[in-house]
Amino acid sequence: MAGVLGTSIKRREDPALITGRGKYTDDLLVEGMAHAAIVRSPYAHARIRGIDTSAAKTYPGVVAVLTARDVAAAGIPGMVPVGWLLPDLKTPAHPMIAADTVRHVGDAVAVVVAEDRYVARDAAERVAVDYEPLDAVADVVAALEDGAPTVHDDAPGNVAFDWEIGEKDPVDAAFAQAAHTVELDLRNNRLIPHAIEPRAALASYDSSTGVMTIHMTSQNPHVHRLLMTLASLGMPEHKVRIVAPEVGGGFGSKIHHYADEAIVGLCSLKLDRPVKWTATRTETNLTDAHGRDHSTHCAMAFDGDGRITGLRVDTKAAMGAYLSTFAPAVPTYLYGTLMSGQYDIPAIHCHVTGVFTHTAPVDAYRGAGRPEATFVVERLMHLAGEATGLGPIEVRKRNFVPADAFPYQTQVALAYDSGNYGPAMDRALEMIGYDDLCREQASRRGNGNGRRQMGIGFSSYIEACGLAPSAVVGSLGAQAGQWESADVRVHPTGSVTVYTGSSSHGQGHETTFSQIVADRLGVAPEAVEVIHGDTDLVQFGMGTYGSRSAAVGGSAIAGSVDKIIEKGKKIAAHLLEAAAEDLEYEDGSFRVAGSPDRALGLGDVALQAYLAHNYPDDLEPGLSATTFYDPANFTYPFGTHVCVVEVDTETGSIELLRYTAVDDVGNVINPMIVDGQLHGGLAQGIGQALWENAVYDDSGQLVSGSLMDYALPKIHNLIQFELDRTTTPCPHNPLGVKGVGEAGAIASPPAVVNAVVDALKPFGVTHIDMPLTPEKVWRAVNAD
Amino acid sequence: MTVSIQLEVNGKPVQAEVEPRRLLVHFLREDLGLTGANIGCETSLCGACTILVDGNAVKSCTMLAAQADGAAVTTIEGLARNGELHPLQDGFWEKHGLQCGYCTPGMILSANYLLEQNPSPSDEEIREGLKGNICRCTGYHNIVEAVKYAAERMS
Ligand code: FES
Ligand code: FES
Repeated sequence: MAGVLGTSIKRREDPALITGRGKYTDDLLVEGMAHAAIVRSPYAHARIRGIDTSAAKTYPGVVAVLTARDVAAAGIPGMVPVGWLLPDLKTPAHPMIAADTVRHVGDAVAVVVAEDRYVARDAAERVAVDYEPLDAVADVVAALEDGAPTVHDDAPGNVAFDWEIGEKDPVDAAFAQAAHTVELDLRNNRLIPHAIEPRAALASYDSSTGVMTIHMTSQNPHVHRLLMTLASLGMPEHKVRIVAPEVGGGFGSKIHHYADEAIVGLCSLKLDRPVKWTATRTETNLTDAHGRDHSTHCAMAFDGDGRITGLRVDTKAAMGAYLSTFAPAVPTYLYGTLMSGQYDIPAIHCHVTGVFTHTAPVDAYRGAGRPEATFVVERLMHLAGEATGLGPIEVRKRNFVPADAFPYQTQVALAYDSGNYGPAMDRALEMIGYDDLCREQASRRGNGNGRRQMGIGFSSYIEACGLAPSAVVGSLGAQAGQWESADVRVHPTGSVTVYTGSSSHGQGHETTFSQIVADRLGVAPEAVEVIHGDTDLVQFGMGTYGSRSAAVGGSAIAGSVDKIIEKGKKIAAHLLEAAAEDLEYEDGSFRVAGSPDRALGLGDVALQAYLAHNYPDDLEPGLSATTFYDPANFTYPFGTHVCVVEVDTETGSIELLRYTAVDDVGNVINPMIVDGQLHGGLAQGIGQALWENAVYDDSGQLVSGSLMDYALPKIHNLIQFELDRTTTPCPHNPLGVKGVGEAGAIASPPAVVNAVVDALKPFGVTHIDMPLTPEKVWRAVNAD
Repeated sequence: MTVSIQLEVNGKPVQAEVEPRRLLVHFLREDLGLTGANIGCETSLCGACTILVDGNAVKSCTMLAAQADGAAVTTIEGLARNGELHPLQDGFWEKHGLQCGYCTPGMILSANYLLEQNPSPSDEEIREGLKGNICRCTGYHNIVEAVKYAAERMS
């Protein structure tokens, strides 16, 4: 249907969600369901001397209490695996339930199953664990120091991996000859994803069929099934069904395979009845994989014209107590490879040490590695604007990869397929009214450095998303492919059902995927149903993360539609007594070229495909097609964001005045949804810059484990965003789309920090670590 | 030990025996099957569980079912009238004021309370009025638009 792509049609997901009818995992109430409560370590590091479950077991209403012994007795693998391997990666065992040592606060030591959720909690309090507390280390730098407590004996010095990309010697040479250099020591603050729906699972084992069904908060049900069966429960894959019902946000945290869902599975397996577990906020904050947590030294060298000649980055990246599913990839292949940013940089070297700490694991969180890389590059570019005297705009423009240089091979493996960076920057400057802002800033500064200073911060970012060619990620250590699948079925009446491996958790796939089909197949979006999130209904799929759903999942759908049209042409040609080559497909009809009256609608052809009475000899009946689409490359969205802040230099408080974002995400399927993705990403990135911080104390206690002390952005903290787009279609996928889920979170932290540092320029401030709390700002202003 | 309660939920009389410690949100979700009110925290801070109790926006994770004895409760399930969406439900749909939808029932009921108090709020008043409800998906931009849309429709 013409005009359906690129149109803001309202989401079909919404009627259920605005009336309370949408069913999230914890909403599911089934006959005979018991409730699980997981007993967790209060210590960051301790030896378990013994566990006495007797008081819990005899508590009225308790059905069972399980510990690591029961995992062993069940004869199952009982492990939580890592899904991405690096050379020489240390992969210490991660048992589902800790047997003799706990390694972070929240590590599971036992589970109580009871008839009632209150009773399960009561009884969990009665499980007596005899711990011998051991020294712990929570800080990524301290964990590498001599004599630091060891997280795993098989990872000496707490080093999980030592990784580098790019070449060191040319970088050293660039620095030796540089006209200008800038450098920075920074911490990229640890974040807790905070999907507002905490993780939950309802496992239902039926011994009469041997089938286990787990409804759970999942971004990728097939990946969860694979890891759950292979490493944790040891069940045959075909006997396990994972269903992601409505999922209340994920942002990465619901990609990973955790111990808890496997524990619930084990409970149901043992008890042969449904068991549900829903994390409390504190529990989910203690155990969800966190994001970021880097300590980085970085430096950039420039020639006399302000052109970048070299970039050097050395990062210590926290892994936490265990390697989470994709953890090793995040600070390496999703970080080091992004160091060229939007710039033509002739020499780059990035060295990363992965570090075990006695904390929750760290893994992908919205942006995953790319926000950290963008922060390094864009903070350095801000400093470079000052050091070279070119200012923030000219220093960037002078170094942009020129529009005629694509495809552009960076020094850090990625080959950018397309881009045109100048226009996005120009549009952002125009929207923000840059010249007026500069005048305003000058007048405030001229005013004897008045109390309220204004700052303007830029961030010109690139991201690699749409994960991505399977062979490439395989060669880099992924233990999974990164294609996506789509089965498109045209029914005998011409309506369509799509089965997609990209399962949605708030992104609106049902709406946008129906738009893709409607556009390509010439049917109304209402004639297309989209099914996802159930391993029994959908062929294997990789799931939703890395801004990949449109670029990879959408392309798979487009591929299946194209196959259907090809097959339909053969059927129509037979019926119309024409050659298939002479048929055209337009607006839902197969037509003989040049004879507009010889045509058949999709529904007519579909009906004949299922009747197969009058049908080509060499064709199978039916009209459906499956595609496993493996992209040729990543996609490379980009843009320029501008943030304007006011800083109260007496109190250190910051007010957001304006935020403009011009993004190029390629072709757009549904502008309303694209804008919504940006808004959400911006809030998370601004949250990282200004408020959010996961803090562990020296003993490894998470002191910001609840919403009382972890400052999520609230509605009164934020402003309306000003958005626009440029459009440079992706050249290598059939839709020309690139992905938008993470752009806001990637671009915004340096835009905000650059703005605050710019405001404080008269006070000699060059850097403040995130989050920019009033205290830190005040201290920076008042430093000698 | 249980206590008897009588209340009105979405216009219908309800009578029940509840444990004194049972939270109202669990009573609504598990005993009455009204799962629209969601639970996002245990510190009364996320607002996902917000409902109306005698017309006031209340976080139902912070109230005992026993305390609702004699009250009139409205949940998201009771907001649409005669099959017609409430203007706020309409506004959230129209303006893309939700993504995952988890915060949405609470957000809509808080906004409902806000519009009862102030039928034509400014952007700033909307942001002030909804600051007890956290949304992690939308960045709030379209929530502000949704509430403005509803306010216009209702006036
Ligand atoms: S559940 Fe968070 S405020 Fe009630
Ligand atoms: S829409 Fe997901 S938390 Fe608000």
